[in-house]
Amino acid sequence: MTAAGTARLRSADALRAARRHGRRRDAVLVTALAVAAVVLFVAGLVFGAKTLALPDVLRALSGQTVPGVSFAVVELRLPRAVGALLAGAAFGLGGMLFQTLLRNVLASPDVIGISTGSSAAAVTAIAFFGASGLVVSGAAITGGLLTAVLIWALASRRGLSGLRFVLVGIAVAAALQAVIGYVLTRADIKAAEQATVWMAGSLSRSLWDQLAPTAPALLALLAIALLGARTLPVLRLGDDSATALGARPARNRILLILCAVLLVAVATSLTGPISFVAFLAGPIALRLVKRDSALAPASAMIGAIIVLAADLVGQHLFPITLPVGVITGAIGAPFLLWLLMRGRTRA
Amino acid sequence: MTHTLEARNLTVGYDADPVIDGLDLALPASGITMIVGGNGCGKSTLLRTLARLLKPRTGSVLLDGSAIAQLPTKEVARIVGLLPQAPVAPDGIRVADLVDRGRTPHRGWLGGRDRRDDEVVADALHVTGMAEFAERTIDELSGGQRQRAWVAMALAQEPDILLLDEPTTYLDLAHQVELLQLLVRLSRERGTQVVVVMHELNLATRYADHLIAMRDGRVVAEGAPGDVVTVELLRDVFDLEAVVVPDPIAGTPMIVPVDVHRA
Repeated sequence: MTAAGTARLRSADALRAARRHGRRRDAVLVTALAVAAVVLFVAGLVFGAKTLALPDVLRALSGQTVPGVSFAVVELRLPRAVGALLAGAAFGLGGMLFQTLLRNVLASPDVIGISTGSSAAAVTAIAFFGASGLVVSGAAITGGLLTAVLIWALASRRGLSGLRFVLVGIAVAAALQAVIGYVLTRADIKAAEQATVWMAGSLSRSLWDQLAPTAPALLALLAIALLGARTLPVLRLGDDSATALGARPARNRILLILCAVLLVAVATSLTGPISFVAFLAGPIALRLVKRDSALAPASAMIGAIIVLAADLVGQHLFPITLPVGVITGAIGAPFLLWLLMRGRTRA
Repeated sequence: MTHTLEARNLTVGYDADPVIDGLDLALPASGITMIVGGNGCGKSTLLRTLARLLKPRTGSVLLDGSAIAQLPTKEVARIVGLLPQAPVAPDGIRVADLVDRGRTPHRGWLGGRDRRDDEVVADALHVTGMAEFAERTIDELSGGQRQRAWVAMALAQEPDILLLDEPTTYLDLAHQVELLQLLVRLSRERGTQVVVVMHELNLATRYADHLIAMRDGRVVAEGAPGDVVTVELLRDVFDLEAVVVPDPIAGTPMIVPVDVHRA
């Protein structure tokens, strides 16, 4: 074999080693994120109005009846933690898909008005029709989907541009914000208060009867989106290169965006709009992972961690209980400002 | 293996004002083909249609005699590679990872890589002189290096036909020549059919084996540069008054514009 040939083989080995190293590092990262999510999940079961002993919590989870523990854990804290985990993962993954497919960090569903669409519909249902429970959830999902369709129709003319999505989305969000303002001023004081609580984004509605339809839906959507995200590495090269490499970018993108819209709308129907989770998870994941293939699982985990952690902080760190959306907003807004000041908005 | 890429009665664009109008073309099975023409003559549109990025309104592109739109897109991707005019690199991607994506059409759905994938990527990096930059990120590279990284990605695809859309734009003259010499090597040493849309006329006549001149969405002339490039053609295709003299190095036609202010 020639010297050049040997050198090339050696560099093939080097490439393989570097790739394996990157993949192993990402596997460790995703595992660490999963462990962090589990720890926060268990902490959510242990801490509450009364701090419980971990062995009691585990016994209650295994189905044994532990007096003074079982009800709080199984009927109150467990559904709340499950809701936080699933909604957080849904916001995180959905947001990252929006940001990467539209190539703009600002094109996250909570910035371009999809969450606002859910809120407007839910608030209208609560204030004008006295709706509650699953009816409000249905309204929120419908509102989110309709808003997504409207933004897509307005922004995708003459090709796909992330910036146009952001601008159209902000305009649509402003209009929907006006709708919310109108509804709140016209509604009677009690309904208005209920609607305001809904909009703050809170896990207090995450109980088994709400989770019965939403949890399986979110699980299925998360699975589909994680599988579909396998095409992300090629889609991120732009439509021309993706097509040349044998992908179908238009079809793949529509499928993934549809998944993302449903993830965000269904999660919002459960918790209300928890601000900035969809916006934060993607950029954090992008800075942590080595390879694009780990982007989707990492952003789902990070979304779940943010919501679980923010809920713990909101419930226990302050003298009064704060809704989870207040905490995430307080973290997210400075992060947005920081991103804008550093001029890094390309995803 | 050689493949044939043809256009049959191709019309692309809107009804009233098609960009390409009833074009028939059979690309030569070997060597470097360059497509030239003035701005808006439809040369990029033609290349994009040949690469199945644009759907023709009528007519079809045939790969080995079958309509390219009917062939599985992944199968086409194993034969036809493309370097688009403005490729998009994800922020912070490493050169080795970018080139590795060229292997996509050769992978199964699970995306598992074998030894040969790495060898092909290493070879593509080596041939384009990018091996030493494999661990750099794309945004750390100069314009010329970046363009070579994209060529390396297209090479990792192992295409028998490589299409390039104005690959020398944004490069200085030294890097333009370097890139074209790389294409010549690919064509000579590996038998890759190279099809390039070119803006730079003198470089096109110097490096093309086969020249295709377009105007208003039609092929006006094609053949060896020495046969095709004439004073009349330059007037017809480019509205350019010029004289044609032999290139002092290669003997290929060299175009010298006539400028009344300096004549």
